[in-house]
Amino acid sequence: MTVQTRNLVARIEEVSLAFGDRVVLKNCSLDIVEGAITCIVGLSGAGKSTVLRLLDGLIHPQSGHVYVLENDLTAMTEEQINTVRRKISLSFQFAALLDSLTVGENVALPLRERTKLSNAEIERTAMDALASVGLGHAYNNLPAELSGGMLKRAGFARAIVTRPELILYDEPTTGLDPIVTKLITETILRLRQKFGGTAVVISHDLPSIFAMADYIAMLFEGAIIACDTAERIRNSPNPIVQQFLAGSETGPIPI
Amino acid sequence: MKTFDRVGRETNALFEYAGGLALLSRESFGFLFRLRVRLNETIAQCALLGVQSLVIVLLTSLFTGMVISLESSQQAVAYGFSSFVGGAVAYGAVRELGPMLTAVVVAGRVGAAIAAELGSMVVTEQIEALRSMGLEPARFLVVPRLLALIVMLPLLTVFADVISILGGMWIAQAYAHIPYDSFLTSVRQAIDFSDVVRGLLKTLVFAVIIVIVGAYQGLSTTGGAAGVGKATTFSVVLSIILIFGTNFVLSFLLFGTS
Repeated sequence: MTVQTRNLVARIEEVSLAFGDRVVLKNCSLDIVEGAITCIVGLSGAGKSTVLRLLDGLIHPQSGHVYVLENDLTAMTEEQINTVRRKISLSFQFAALLDSLTVGENVALPLRERTKLSNAEIERTAMDALASVGLGHAYNNLPAELSGGMLKRAGFARAIVTRPELILYDEPTTGLDPIVTKLITETILRLRQKFGGTAVVISHDLPSIFAMADYIAMLFEGAIIACDTAERIRNSPNPIVQQFLAGSETGPIPI
Repeated sequence: MKTFDRVGRETNALFEYAGGLALLSRESFGFLFRLRVRLNETIAQCALLGVQSLVIVLLTSLFTGMVISLESSQQAVAYGFSSFVGGAVAYGAVRELGPMLTAVVVAGRVGAAIAAELGSMVVTEQIEALRSMGLEPARFLVVPRLLALIVMLPLLTVFADVISILGGMWIAQAYAHIPYDSFLTSVRQAIDFSDVVRGLLKTLVFAVIIVIVGAYQGLSTTGGAAGVGKATTFSVVLSIILIFGTNFVLSFLLFGTS
């Protein structure tokens, strides 16, 4: 299922992937539209995070192609993929900040390692990124000193600090209370407005998804079974999509 | 048939493991030779892996020197060879026990720490985060530890050599009434500078074994907290076995004709 109405930033084409005997993706295809927020939904264990990792080149499919910013990641070496990764950021489910560094040092890390900016410029840019997610005061804190929501926002700050063309958010609202979930959702929207770029979001949180998504793709049994604008997905005639959105136990999805 | 199948799989796993160690070594030394080293982190690791290991290395070496002296003094006094006790202690300490014991102690402390730290980073997705930022875990994490231990293990061994000889000298005097002068004369007659250097050369290899095994075990951790525990234990066990085996080969090559 593809959306081809606008320019594409990334495309997953006929990808199949299995971990041992467990088939995760089966001829899966997905287009990521430039400038849009695309949310990928699906059951737990459906392979949503795997799709994000494919887009970041962290894992490679057994067959098919993954195109990101006009590069075929499946045909590139790790060193070549690293050059593409300079334009992508992945925000992890549990932030994955390096616990030996302060929050500020974590956010500054991509700049320190990838750019030739002066220390002062790096610190100022990292502070700006933290301030944009409301964590300007946490620069010198260690990750262990932050709450779950603050950690996620610090992860966002690290993801946006290099102004990437594509940001991948892995379950940004999972495990958070409704207030922090709303705050995180608003942060993602505000970051998109402020810095532009394209975003792919993995989430189970339907209110949050409908609040931010331009496009929604549903992953089921290893393939994208529906991908369209948020409004069309809401009104999709597909019984699997409807059962998922309704959170119903009855329907074609095996429980 | 099942036996063949199992032997085949185990052999395959062994080669896969050895290949993994070789690839990590190649990658790490590649960064090292291209001078892609994080200097500040390397200095921090020197303190963490080296300086903080000093007390335990000194204690184990002190008691080892003392016990060698105790045993050899008993025999030496009984057979009238007390002037050779210093030589016996120094010979054993500088050529074999100093380098090997230091490496074993450091493998227990540092190898375990490296495996546990990197293993925890794997299960909390920190390693994946580094890769997603385009940063190579080998350059970022392994090279500073490797360079730090290559520098610090020989230094620790020098301290170990000295303290074990001093401990031996004290016991020889206190227990067998062997004068310090006589003990030191015997030390000078038994070993020369090349013995010290060859002993220290061995520690360079031991440093590589400790860091590469610890780092590889950590980086290939699977299975959450239990996996980190397994990685840590296996790292220490394998490092110690490899240190003993390599020590024999190196001693044969370095001291075999002298």
